[in-house]
Amino acid sequence: MRFAPTAEQKQFAESLHDLLAGADTPAAVREWGEGRHEPGLKIWRDLADLGVPALLVPERDGGLGASAADLVVAFEVLGYHAVPGPLVESVAVAPRLAPRESLPALASGELLATVASPPLVPYALDADVAGLVLRVRDGGVERARSVAGPVRSVDAARRLFRVRAGEALGDAPGEAFELGLLAVSAQLAGAGRWLLEQASAYARQREQYGRAIGSFQAVKHLLADVATRLELARPLVHGAAVTMTACDVSAAKVAAGEAAYLAARTALQVHGAIGYTAEHDLGLWLTRVRALTGAWGGAAWHRARVLAGLDVRDG
Amino acid sequence: MDLDIDEASAAFRDEVREWLAEHVPRPALSSMDTAEGFAQHREWEAKLADARLSVVSWPREYTGRDASLLQWLLFEEEYYAAGAPGRVGQNGIFMLAPTLFAHGTQEQRDRILPPMARGEQVWAQAWSEPEAGSDIAALRSRAVRTDGGWLASGAKTWSSRAAFADRAFGLFRSDPESQRHRGLTYLMFDLRAEGVTVRPIPQLDGEPGFAEIFLDNVLVPDTDVIGEPGEGWRVAMTTANNERGLSLRSPGRFLAAADRLVTLWREQGEPAAVAERVADAWIGARAYQLYTYGTVTRLAEGGGLGPESSVNKLFWSHLDVALHETALDLLGPEGEVAGPWTDGYLFSLAGPIYGGTDQIQRNTIAERLLGLPREAR
Ligand SMILES: Cc1cc2nc3c(=O)[nH]c(=O)nc-3n(C[C@H](O)[C@H](O)[C@H](O)COP(=O)(O)OP(=O)(O)OC[C@H]3O[C@@H](n4cnc5c(N)ncnc54)[C@H](O)[C@@H]3O)c2cc1C
Repeated sequence: MRFAPTAEQKQFAESLHDLLAGADTPAAVREWGEGRHEPGLKIWRDLADLGVPALLVPERDGGLGASAADLVVAFEVLGYHAVPGPLVESVAVAPRLAPRESLPALASGELLATVASPPLVPYALDADVAGLVLRVRDGGVERARSVAGPVRSVDAARRLFRVRAGEALGDAPGEAFELGLLAVSAQLAGAGRWLLEQASAYARQREQYGRAIGSFQAVKHLLADVATRLELARPLVHGAAVTMTACDVSAAKVAAGEAAYLAARTALQVHGAIGYTAEHDLGLWLTRVRALTGAWGGAAWHRARVLAGLDVRDG
Repeated sequence: MDLDIDEASAAFRDEVREWLAEHVPRPALSSMDTAEGFAQHREWEAKLADARLSVVSWPREYTGRDASLLQWLLFEEEYYAAGAPGRVGQNGIFMLAPTLFAHGTQEQRDRILPPMARGEQVWAQAWSEPEAGSDIAALRSRAVRTDGGWLASGAKTWSSRAAFADRAFGLFRSDPESQRHRGLTYLMFDLRAEGVTVRPIPQLDGEPGFAEIFLDNVLVPDTDVIGEPGEGWRVAMTTANNERGLSLRSPGRFLAAADRLVTLWREQGEPAAVAERVADAWIGARAYQLYTYGTVTRLAEGGGLGPESSVNKLFWSHLDVALHETALDLLGPEGEVAGPWTDGYLFSLAGPIYGGTDQIQRNTIAERLLGLPREAR
């Protein structure tokens, strides 16, 4: 057994991180929320150069044929930087749902895709920028006929669209849904990590009563609890990418969602009022995490799926 | 021990209920954090005042009703149950006015309270500074003596509604040699006075719910000093106790929110997974209501509001967040869609921060109520 990222995976994560650290993603998130997509699409093209949209596309269709574990490694970094856009949909889900002739364009990043899969994914994210809008229904996939929106999300950069189904394209393999969930869970884990780092940095620097607020146990303990939750959520996300069982995938969504949410609440609390302003970047991550907590099924739904899928030895 | 409501209070409650049923605006007003919504909320205050319902706990001579604390609680219950608009004048009505009743002059009360009661003058609380949040005694804004008054300078921040409000109140260091709580003076100033610059700050929802206020040698006449110069801290603590204690968030608000949550839960087919949390929200709101009935009984019998007010604030700030989280979780993937529940949710997240953070309240409870040793600070 070797339950840790490979050297290549680490390197891939690092190159993504280097790219995104210099890309001013907060500015792109703000613009995206206003319906101005260009800065976000520029980041998307750079990600395409690094092979992100090609990850799950088979090699024979111009992709990299990478594993779910590779996907998870990438989405942790994408979540850490709060990259806007239909990434989960295009990168994790569409390669298993799109018609074969679309795959090369998906892999190169020329084509952005999005998908709705009611009731757990009631809206198609960013359908106005996606060249391919899909809808999953009764185990089949359809090309959406019309889209309406956007419906506003608590995360302004998540632009939601209602879609009506149209032309049937074929079966929707269950794996597509699991891959989407994995990507969302990894995004959450990454976003939680960013929130924890920001809050810790702020707690070291902000002074009240003549000392750093991080020197107060009340603040220390808040942050230590977040660190512990995040540390224990990550193995579930990575493990689910290896096994791809419903139980593991749902467990990952619950744990990553709750850990990231605790990170968001704590980061706001530690920042105080400055974290409550739209001028500060914290709110972009906070509202993203809140939205993703319920997106693709909330904790209650996934807990039920864990219990339903468990095969426990008696006595 | 009883929960009986006397006849006069019951009659008052019925009057309030009937009036609200007829007058609460539908559809709801725009957000008071927008220019348009702010103006609408001002008009609403005037309408309340015409019915003598804007400041029920004030004396009659200032268009109040001399309402007892219990009657005020009943008013609040009716007010929120009716879905009436947020109170744009709340910082004046519930923080500045009690301070003026306790420490102001007759002239100040006569000049300031009537326009406050009608929403003609909306007040902002200007306490926090960039370097003085929890540690308010670290404030740096200063007041320098001049002919007939003071020249105030410095930066105040996070001042709710200051983006559109008319006047503000806050503390200034009037003795440059002083430290911490000493040498502070409580001033009121005009937000449009010469030397004042207001910079609206958008909150998480994108609207400028608070503002930064810069003062550069702003002339504040002696008539706008509350209490004695140098005594500002003592004066301010009246206001602080009012905020944390009772008036900032009365139980009515949470009872109404809990009722809405129960309704939502029923509409969604009573999902078992969140049933416990829905019940807990209602239990929490009921607990807070009864706790507060106990508090007003104690106050009516001459008791005071001490560190218990921290228990109050810590409890409701948690209740409010939990209640809204439950609603969003209940809605599952639809929970992210922007609407009243997400608005209420974002608003609830500020509760553990303003009016003294959760951490500060816990320290107060532990040290002043339980007698634990003070943490080094
Ligand atoms: C929506 C909103 C509206 C507001 N409206 C107003 C207003 O109208 N007027 C006004 O004057 N102010 C207002 N405020 C400001 C509010 O009073 C301050 O935010 C609050 O006092 C905390 O200060 P701070 O934000 O600077 O956080 P800080 O004091 O910097 O605190 C940061 C973190 O450190 C923790 N901390 C600090 N000291 C200690 C300690 N000794 N022990 C343990 N932990 C500690 C805090 O709990 C917090 O988690 C508002 C704030 C918000 C969010």
